[in-house]
Amino acid sequence: MATRQTASLARLMRAPAIILLLIWMIVPLGMTLYYSFLNYNLLNPTGTSWAGWFNYQYFYSDPAFFDAIWNTLALVLGVLTITVVGGIAIALLIDKPIFGQGIVRILVISPFFVMPPVAALIWKNMIMHPSYGVFADIARFFGAQPVDWFAQFPLTSIIIIVAWQWLPFATLILLTALQSLDGEQMEAAEMDGAGSLSRFIHLTLPHMARAITVVILIQTIFLLGIYAEILVTTNGGPGNASTNLTYLIYRAARLNFDIGGAAAGGIIAVILANIVAVFLMRAVGKNLD
Amino acid sequence: MARAVSTRTRIGYTAAAWFVALLIFFPILYTIITSLKTEQEAISGFSLIPSFTLSSFEAVQTQNDYWKPFTNSVILSVGSTILALIVAIPAAWAMAFSPTKNTKNILMWMLSTKMMPAVAVLVPIYLIFLRTGLMDTRIGLTVMLMLINLPIVVWMLYTYFREIPGEILEAARMDGASLKDEILYVLTPMAVPGIASTMLLNVILAWNEAFWTIQLTTTNAAPLSAFIASFSSPQGLFWAKLSAASVMAIAPILIMGWFSQKQLVRGLTFGAVK
Repeated sequence: MATRQTASLARLMRAPAIILLLIWMIVPLGMTLYYSFLNYNLLNPTGTSWAGWFNYQYFYSDPAFFDAIWNTLALVLGVLTITVVGGIAIALLIDKPIFGQGIVRILVISPFFVMPPVAALIWKNMIMHPSYGVFADIARFFGAQPVDWFAQFPLTSIIIIVAWQWLPFATLILLTALQSLDGEQMEAAEMDGAGSLSRFIHLTLPHMARAITVVILIQTIFLLGIYAEILVTTNGGPGNASTNLTYLIYRAARLNFDIGGAAAGGIIAVILANIVAVFLMRAVGKNLD
Repeated sequence: MARAVSTRTRIGYTAAAWFVALLIFFPILYTIITSLKTEQEAISGFSLIPSFTLSSFEAVQTQNDYWKPFTNSVILSVGSTILALIVAIPAAWAMAFSPTKNTKNILMWMLSTKMMPAVAVLVPIYLIFLRTGLMDTRIGLTVMLMLINLPIVVWMLYTYFREIPGEILEAARMDGASLKDEILYVLTPMAVPGIASTMLLNVILAWNEAFWTIQLTTTNAAPLSAFIASFSSPQGLFWAKLSAASVMAIAPILIMGWFSQKQLVRGLTFGAVK
């Protein structure tokens, strides 16, 4: 069908998007790579010199780096566990015949549309504040000492906030998958005497496997980059207790003006993200054929 | 399809579902309630019944110049979305209607650019913005937000366009329609719903973006996400005022979001789950 004329027209139509994304990918990343081999501090720009692998070695020997890697993993795994398990449970519940399903869906999906700084501030001040928060009110009601969440459990607090933001996403995706489940197959299994647990394990779960994979991979991409929630609540502290890799690099670049060090950290972040990306691309790519 | 269930079971499920839904929605609900309280009420213990005063909303607007970040949010999210559509519609169109053997690879490559962590390019983007005078300008940030969301926009449009049946085009050609007629009378009406959905989701994503908006603005171009983040320190707003500012920042997008549940699934999973 495609004549030579339409083929060249198609190429012309594709070109702007491809060129823009090509520039967007190559230029900044190339600059990051270049900076990562320089001794370059914005406070002392004239002292810029070639650093070789120094920035990487420095990052690697800094104890904050391993704290940040550990916190990044704990944050990603903690949020994934809560959202996937909670998402499956809530999706199963909403999929049942209930009154007012539309409104329930709207209420459940809402946190996803709350911008990260607002979500963090709501939790910090309304819910987790040691004197005025709802958790403190509940603790006092039962005669307990209110918990100072961000001082005592900084990383856990951030995991709770981020899980609240992403639970709706997991629920919505899993619910969509659940609703395409073959009802007749389910009924047949029920008539054959399969219990509800065995139906869940042998029919529902395999059917949702693909959606669960997609949820895990997409969330991981976003969770590796959690930033505003940390900035607004703990500032990465106390110490490095809630500093993830993103926040560590932000601090190096914007607060210590260490361009070389931040660039080296950025390259490490790219490598981490790429490991996840390879798996995501495979999952999505299958759907294209 | 719905199987017959006894009313009692149904009520049981309903109660459980509503309980969970209200629990999840509670932080937002409590923020709305607090925004309608006086400052004194807001810090005097748990209460779900406010005095329904609007003074906090007024205070935020008069004392904190709320409309400037609000206007910036509208300009940035709508502007970056329109820019992205201008670039993405022809590209998605070409890939959907005249695919080559490379189309799939190009799409996958575009998706891969979305996976680059923002923080990895923080240093160069920050320096470029500083040196070219783009720092704290709406135009600079609009272009940034456009680039970030371009892969999602192309992907979403592509999945929508691909659902337009090719036979319709052939039929139109047989009837002697020119390329112009084809685009104007056949394809456009069928493509509009997909474009509208893409636009809606992209405005939401751009409105809520909170990494680059915080890094690349100070006062002039700061949208709501950066404006609200500046209240993280205790000397910022008080409880009721903070709630009012939060409610105003999320209300428009929350309502848009309720209408875009389907598009959200498709857009954020790159068509992998429909």
